[in-house]
Amino acid sequence: MPQILVEDLAKTYRVAERDPGLMGAVKGLVHRRHRTVEALRDVSFSLEAGELLGFIGPNGAGKSTTIKILSGILKPDAGVVQVNGRVPFTDRIAHVSKIGVVFGQRTQLWWDLPVSEGFDLLADIYRVEPARYRANRDELVALLRLERVLDQPVRQLSLGQRMRAEIAAALLHEPDILFLDEPTIGLDAPSKLAVRDVVRRLNRERGVTVLLTTHDMHDIEALAERVIVIGHGQVLADSPFETLRANVLAERRLVVDFAHEAPDLNMPGVEVRSRRGQTLELAFDPARTPTPTLIAALAAAHEVVDIHVGEPAIEEVIARFYDLHGASEG
Amino acid sequence: MNSLALLGRYYAASMRAQLQYPGSAIMLGIGAFATTIIDMLAVWALFDRFGQVQGWRLGDIAVFYGVISISFALADFVSRGFDVFGSEFVKTGAFDRVLLRPRSPTLQLIGYEFRLSRFGRMAQAVLVLSLGAWAVGLDWTPDKIALLAWTVAGGAALFVGLMILQASLAFWTTESLEVFNVLTYGGVQAGQFPLSLYAGWFRNLLIFIVPIGAVAYYPVLALLDQPDPLGAPDWWLPAAPAMGFLFLAASFLAWRAGVARYTSTGS
Repeated sequence: MPQILVEDLAKTYRVAERDPGLMGAVKGLVHRRHRTVEALRDVSFSLEAGELLGFIGPNGAGKSTTIKILSGILKPDAGVVQVNGRVPFTDRIAHVSKIGVVFGQRTQLWWDLPVSEGFDLLADIYRVEPARYRANRDELVALLRLERVLDQPVRQLSLGQRMRAEIAAALLHEPDILFLDEPTIGLDAPSKLAVRDVVRRLNRERGVTVLLTTHDMHDIEALAERVIVIGHGQVLADSPFETLRANVLAERRLVVDFAHEAPDLNMPGVEVRSRRGQTLELAFDPARTPTPTLIAALAAAHEVVDIHVGEPAIEEVIARFYDLHGASEG
Repeated sequence: MNSLALLGRYYAASMRAQLQYPGSAIMLGIGAFATTIIDMLAVWALFDRFGQVQGWRLGDIAVFYGVISISFALADFVSRGFDVFGSEFVKTGAFDRVLLRPRSPTLQLIGYEFRLSRFGRMAQAVLVLSLGAWAVGLDWTPDKIALLAWTVAGGAALFVGLMILQASLAFWTTESLEVFNVLTYGGVQAGQFPLSLYAGWFRNLLIFIVPIGAVAYYPVLALLDQPDPLGAPDWWLPAAPAMGFLFLAASFLAWRAGVARYTSTGS
């Protein structure tokens, strides 16, 4: 039996609509118009203990709704959800004692209290044995390098420090599953690296199952062995990240510097992506036009100074994938 | 750790957070004390001019005033989380975090904040009650003390109930309903005077709809050993504070409906 099991999950919201302005507010009181938003339809997947799953999709695709249902905050309209053999929303208290949740944009610590006091309070809330708590706390403090911020009130921490403290706070009660909702949003590069490093170590060394949503494809590339792409409330893909990349974009890029003004190219299967003075960026499918053939053809017809072969950026892979499935935001 | 001990931990943490700015906490406390004292000075000026109103003396009024103010101050200590629920929890989504913790939402909201400044209001209320009781020659026998405790408990239950009802409505409106302050603060104001002074419709509102009269007027009559000038039976006077607990129980039903709505709509 998988640790997380989701079958045919569906969730529809009724969103109240009102006209802008004061008159709209008054009209809204008397007569409410509702629009139905299908947040999830027919989502199924399962996760074994110890997996690290990346959850991606455009805004409004259903990622947060799925996380909320899995963490027991929200009831689905239809479908099966089981986490550790429990139904999250009917068995909320038992369920949430076994999971850790980090929302990138919200704090679970107390703004005016020093980090260490917030940790103490959480240990009491989660009924962690004092000895276990001390051991966990010390380990997490070392792992997340929190020694220097322990005595500072949370409001004085930098975003990066706070995010590390948030992750520690979510793990004090030794959850088997960690939900991370955009954990790197707004962080500077070193903090992002630190967060990724910690998540990887928690997963590899402690066997914590991790389910991560993000818009930062580098998070996915660095962490997730498996990726679920969600769009329009449906699972569009569920595969290893490399498979996703290979399937979606077999495309290669060729950047060519010419000795003179870049020529007008008209070659079948080759697309000019951009033109800057003496430089052209070309996109082509190596299965149709092998790379050596293309380079030979270019060098034969024109005076070429430099050539660089590359792959499209990961963001582009995903954007292309959303387009392919009509899942782009909007 | 059991719920009561955890509540103690929440309040200790809240007080430590406030004491990061000790000057501010002290000034707020003095402010609350001073503003409510001015309240009482206005009443004193009135009675100094007219001697008594419909047979009520200044001392009687001070007892009415003191009892309801102590009830409200007590309720205010524990219900801050419900008071700001719409703006601080529903609108911001912070209620998600409450549901992610393995404790009852009610406990977490009661533990949200313990405002030290409210000691100022409490001190003023106790002072006014003591002076009033002394002026009318109230003899603090054990049964009078028990009646006072029962009345204050019923009153605090009523006010907590009002705050919970206000919070419950926020599940539908997503804003804290300021209009509800008419019932809470207005209720305190109205309960500071004997109900017999008010017009009939307003009196009925305070007895049957928002039972302020049941936790202030009737039991205080019993404290003062006075029969009800409106003719309520004598047995009812000390029993009336039970209405406060009934109101609290009813508001919990609304609360539970609100939480159920939240978990099915997620907003």
